[in-house]
Amino acid sequence: MSKRETMSIDPETIKKERSAGWREELRSKTKNKDRVAIERVHMPELEAEIRVHHQDREVNRGLTLAQATLEATRCMDCVTPTCIEGCPVSINIPKFIKYIESGDILSAASTLKETNALPAVCGRVCPQEKQCESRCFYVEKLKKPPVAIGYLERFAADYERESGSCNIPETLPPNGIKVATVGSGPAALAFAGDMAKYGYDVTVFEALHEIGGVLKYGIPEFRLPNAIVDFELENLRKMGVKFVTNFIVGRTATFDDLKEQGFKGFFIGSGAGLPRFMEIPGENFNGILSSNEYLTRVNLMGAHSDDSDTPILRGKNVAVIGGGNTAMDSVRTALRLGAERAIIIYRRSEVEMPARVEEVKHAKEEGVEFMTLCNPVEYFADKNGRVNRMRVVRMGLGEPDASGRRRPMVIEGSEFDLDVDLVIVAVGVSPNPLVPASLPGLNVSRWGTIIVDEDKMQTSIPEMFAGGDIVRGGATVILAMGDGRRAAEHMHSFLMTK
Amino acid sequence: MNKIVEKEYFSEKVVKIVVEAPEIARSRKAGNFVILRVGEKGERFPLTIAGADPEKGTIILVVQTVGVSSSKLAALQPGDFITDLVGPLGKATHVEKKGTILAAGGGVGIAPMLPIVEAFKKAGNRVVSVIAARSRDLIILEEQIREWSDDVIVMTDDGSYGRQGLVTTGMEEVILREKVDECIVIGPAIMMKFAALLTKKYNIPTLASLNTIMVDGTGMCGACRVTVGGKTRFTCVDGPEFDAHQIDFDEMLMRLGGYRNEEKQAFDNYVHQCQCQKEKP
Repeated sequence: MSKRETMSIDPETIKKERSAGWREELRSKTKNKDRVAIERVHMPELEAEIRVHHQDREVNRGLTLAQATLEATRCMDCVTPTCIEGCPVSINIPKFIKYIESGDILSAASTLKETNALPAVCGRVCPQEKQCESRCFYVEKLKKPPVAIGYLERFAADYERESGSCNIPETLPPNGIKVATVGSGPAALAFAGDMAKYGYDVTVFEALHEIGGVLKYGIPEFRLPNAIVDFELENLRKMGVKFVTNFIVGRTATFDDLKEQGFKGFFIGSGAGLPRFMEIPGENFNGILSSNEYLTRVNLMGAHSDDSDTPILRGKNVAVIGGGNTAMDSVRTALRLGAERAIIIYRRSEVEMPARVEEVKHAKEEGVEFMTLCNPVEYFADKNGRVNRMRVVRMGLGEPDASGRRRPMVIEGSEFDLDVDLVIVAVGVSPNPLVPASLPGLNVSRWGTIIVDEDKMQTSIPEMFAGGDIVRGGATVILAMGDGRRAAEHMHSFLMTK
Repeated sequence: MNKIVEKEYFSEKVVKIVVEAPEIARSRKAGNFVILRVGEKGERFPLTIAGADPEKGTIILVVQTVGVSSSKLAALQPGDFITDLVGPLGKATHVEKKGTILAAGGGVGIAPMLPIVEAFKKAGNRVVSVIAARSRDLIILEEQIREWSDDVIVMTDDGSYGRQGLVTTGMEEVILREKVDECIVIGPAIMMKFAALLTKKYNIPTLASLNTIMVDGTGMCGACRVTVGGKTRFTCVDGPEFDAHQIDFDEMLMRLGGYRNEEKQAFDNYVHQCQCQKEKP
């Protein structure tokens, strides 16, 4: 991983903590050959036949205490824990896992919160197979399935929440300095949590009527219940973080207005606002919408329930264009809202799909069809303008492109038609232009992303830092959180030396 | 939560409400809109700001009841709160001294036209306004429009007030009698379509302010997309005003009906519910 994707963590601290008496005792208690003999745990899941009828029931049920303890025993407590290098927020992974093995789950949860403001969220939505778990000793040296770090993270966070004895991270005495975040998604929340720990007076400004950004409007209830997000927000509130909804910094009030009110530093985490479309004929017909619109109507507005005023289009034959997590969330939502046929249409092959492996697996179990190496070229509609058919072309794969994935190429003459009555376009997003447009001095790339110093996350305006999708153009919850943490660290030193 | 401080019925279906929103009252400009939500199960929907008083910290909204959300808003009384209100959104009207401005407002579109008329007048333009509606009771804010216009023509479809005819009749009369430098039209999509066709014939630069379906209003959902000059644009962040001669009004009309069945169903349920409540002893 590049420097930009990880936080520095002091190896000496890790070493010192590893040599604590209880850790040594735990290591000597079970032989390594017994540890490696344990099979990786399977996440208990709600059966596919049941869950496809429930938008609001979480698919993964979580580990039991016995399952978690056994899984934690697999962890070898390595001298050089490479897993930590794979974590964008540098969670002390062996320490929290060994706490679970020792039965002290609350300390495991506290360990997570030392570096992660949203452990119950990350345990559910992080692509662990590409991060911490990909760097596990089991994978790197034993060619075996990694320790289920993500499941264990979720377990510890859930256990603490359900125990009712929630430990609020220690904060330094208030320093009276006001800082603000623009947006309330994962980047902003991670920033807010760390700044609160440093003693700052933090206000989170959000444009929508709910705090949480993509965690609320984007990720569906069956993958990340809103109650989990709200609980983690409550922890931040207890740490002194203030939340303001219905407020667009730069519009409702300007940055200058806020500076007059005493704000000394700003973190812009306004996210990837604009959904991308493919600009193909017929794309503006009714029944063709962005995944942002579809998911926002359901997740944020509750449009799938009878008591919501927000309308939702229900399709019998639904096509979702794209191969990322958002595409999987959309197609699985469509199934839950009554689709008889729900299809993923993706221009590369399954290997190149950016979605988490688990989401693809769940989608398949639920009956989603995968049309890989296919791309839409045109849409057709009935007399009322509602889409009723789409034309798709088959694709082949050429040489690897800039992303390292093989470039999809059109196979001439391979077009075929599909009957569809709802199409969700999930081919990515562009940065939200609202904030950059209100800050003339801000350096912005030609794609509209905010340009920052890669280590400090500082923008061309010194008191403004930025992170998450507004900088990256589209990434994951955990990378955004890593950005927020790095921005907090460097804004803190910037404001202290000012 | 934003408190309603004043409410006035312009007609049975058109209501003016004055809402506390101190920040928006200060920062809004002519052409901006807000997104509102009434009730915890409420829908987010846009309304163009019809005026503001920065001293009092209030903004003026005018709503016509057409569905569930507008009915819920119109049913609120002074002292009640709007659950959520956010703005100002959208690009402000580009106002400068151009000469003679022809402002055409249809029905409830007269309300968002008012601050634009005011801004153009204050910028030193001659402003001629044509306000039109189906009948007399749907002509709103006439007095306020007169205050900021050099001349006003009132048109009604049924001739119950002003002159009988469509908005385009009044517009054409102005165009034929004097040189018009720019035109702005706000109203139902079908009215704007024909107004744009008229001004195109006379080659007069024309802006239309669009009111499309929106969810977030900040560029996130793309429900508000509209084709302008062959390109897809987002009404919320690229608009709401566009070159009227470049707008694909037929597509816009089609897209406005995108949720028609769902909306009708919801409205029927809402009306039924209201009746049931009324019938309770």
